[in-house]
Amino acid sequence: MNKTFFVLVWVAIAGLGAVAVGAVALHRGEPINALWLVVAATCCYAVGYRFYSNFISARILALDGLRATPAERLENGRDFLVTNKWVVFGHHFAAIAGPGPLVGPVLAAQFGYLPGTMWVLAGAVFAGCVQDFVILLFSVRRDGKSLTEMAKDEIGRVGGFVAYVAVIAILIILLGVAALIVVNALKASPWGTFTIAMTMPIALLMGVYLRRIRPGKVLEVSALGFVLVLAAIWGGQYVSQHEAMARLFTFSAPTLAILIMIYGFFASALPVWLLLAPRDYLSTFVKLGTIALLAVGIVLLHPTLHMPALTRFVDGTGPVFAGRIFPFAFITIACGAISGFHALISSGTTPKMIARETETRMVGYGAMMAESAVAIMAIIAACVMQPGIYFAINSPAGIVGQAPAAAAATISSWGFPVTAADMQSLAHAVGEQTLFNRTGGAPAFAVGMAHIFSHSLGGETLMALWYHFAIMFEALFILTILDAGTRVARFMVQDALGHVYKPLGRTSWYPSILATSALIVGAWGYFLWQGVKDPLGGINSLWPLFGIANQLLATVALCVATTIIIKMHRAKYAAVTLVPLAWLVAVTFTASWHKMFDANPRVGFLAQARVLAAGPMSPATVRVIFNNRLDAAVTGVLVVMVTLVLVESARQWIGIVSGAREARVKESPFVRTRLVEERE
Amino acid sequence: MRRVLKMIRAFAGTGLAALREIFDEAAYARFLSRVGMVSSSESYAAFRREFEEVKTRRPKCC
Repeated sequence: MNKTFFVLVWVAIAGLGAVAVGAVALHRGEPINALWLVVAATCCYAVGYRFYSNFISARILALDGLRATPAERLENGRDFLVTNKWVVFGHHFAAIAGPGPLVGPVLAAQFGYLPGTMWVLAGAVFAGCVQDFVILLFSVRRDGKSLTEMAKDEIGRVGGFVAYVAVIAILIILLGVAALIVVNALKASPWGTFTIAMTMPIALLMGVYLRRIRPGKVLEVSALGFVLVLAAIWGGQYVSQHEAMARLFTFSAPTLAILIMIYGFFASALPVWLLLAPRDYLSTFVKLGTIALLAVGIVLLHPTLHMPALTRFVDGTGPVFAGRIFPFAFITIACGAISGFHALISSGTTPKMIARETETRMVGYGAMMAESAVAIMAIIAACVMQPGIYFAINSPAGIVGQAPAAAAATISSWGFPVTAADMQSLAHAVGEQTLFNRTGGAPAFAVGMAHIFSHSLGGETLMALWYHFAIMFEALFILTILDAGTRVARFMVQDALGHVYKPLGRTSWYPSILATSALIVGAWGYFLWQGVKDPLGGINSLWPLFGIANQLLATVALCVATTIIIKMHRAKYAAVTLVPLAWLVAVTFTASWHKMFDANPRVGFLAQARVLAAGPMSPATVRVIFNNRLDAAVTGVLVVMVTLVLVESARQWIGIVSGAREARVKESPFVRTRLVEERE
Repeated sequence: MRRVLKMIRAFAGTGLAALREIFDEAAYARFLSRVGMVSSSESYAAFRREFEEVKTRRPKCC
């Protein structure tokens, strides 16, 4: 009876999911309600988790609840610590969910809501969740080793080296792109700039409060910081209305870029407790609250999606970024579907907190599903806008023109009607001077989010506050990644330089701290500057570069996972990681080829350099030509390195399957857990 | 009714524990019990010093 009931329930869930996915995929003409996406996603995740992750757990990984994890064996009260599975889940989710699942889907919405939605659902269930899950489990079985260490142990030195270089390259490109998103969101926006500027003294105050007034009371001080940030958002409207104050907080993109680089340098070099840690706490507090609020808002409002399922830009002529739906939709959305960066978290702090192997399924597979749900929310936020408004916000001046009337006319001529008056009234409603050419994804997401919030929680009068709350939320998020990322990259560079000259490796030696901080900030600052000066808005060049780098890291992670699965004598199930690996190789290598060699100057770096070189030369043109050639070279180097890992991995697989190589995994020896006995 | 209240309490307790872990309050409490100190600005400074190595090397995703 019980079994029949459960079978019927799962058949109903699968059927409902199939209907919802079918409606999302096949519906054309009239706008569709966002609830279809919510239902499709919920059912896909439920079926994927219940059946696919269970299959992987039982047939491939053979999760063993009796095997002691490093958290138990190596418990030291610091990083190795047996922790409640829901607590680890929250911790892991807080680490993997950044601005990526919000920005990527917003940018990819230029193809329509369908490609992004399908990729987020299929990518998460069959690739992203699988990668996070298996890498987490393999790290747990190797005393919490990092991805680079596992790559070195299982594939060889080449694998370890490539993973190391890929991580640094991704960090640098990511930081440059992230900073560019903040610059584009804050340029000529005194309200937004004031709010973000205020988060710095608030973070400093929180640091002093934590250290001197109420030591260790982080939740308390984060709540206090949150209230102060809300006050800063409220106060921002008065700043924007006051002529002198508005002038003080109105910056051009290049000025903002310089200010962010200075900030990144100080955040990396200052003591952690003073700025970095409080800001991190504040950002996490805002992030978790906002994601929860957005989910509630979407369910309450269940808005209509005005963006069509597919737009004309699937042909590669899109204004937000150039390139056809394949492969560019799949590198634009990384974090919501599959992100190589997650493999670093799954082999970082999380494996050191897992109490039992069986919990890796919920934490690894489950947390990625939750992040994928965030990406679905971002698609909804982008697609609730009228398409004309979406394209007016996201199209660079280089494509649609600087003048509002000309931009509106160009966008309307694409079949997405919008007028300069519509845009002016929207800008007025959200408290901005203009919303034209606000590329980067963040302002569009903020408008969508403000629309959902103001229609479900608070009414139209709060639109401006919600918009700036969303901008603050994204900028805070991204600045936290900037300072934490700069510091992580600095440590990695210091580790490497320590082999050349020992004092350079000391993380407390100030000359080394200053030199390596300057090096890292200079590297991502270069990409940021390049983006700021790019006539096509920067995102067109840099976001695909970031997507390629991130997905190439996922390729390395899946190579490691496949190698271990084959070494575990589970070659017949290797398709579970091999198929996503093959897909990623096809996507990233095709995208890299297009970005390097495509004849369309909006797509190919070298083609753009050639077109510019053929025209009149100025110092600015010379710089753009150099930048394009550099971007092509960076892409080429990444592809060559990942090819080496692929070749090295394939040699291992063929050797093991043919019997020429010994299939020996480098796991920690089995130790029986004491936790079960304690429970018994 | 009592069962529902118990469930709500357990749910809220786990949520709070997750927040305390995410925000390092639990780590600070463990530090205090491990080194036998009481909460003060000195002990928090010592905790941050010890924790800095682990915490600041933690990557955060995009």
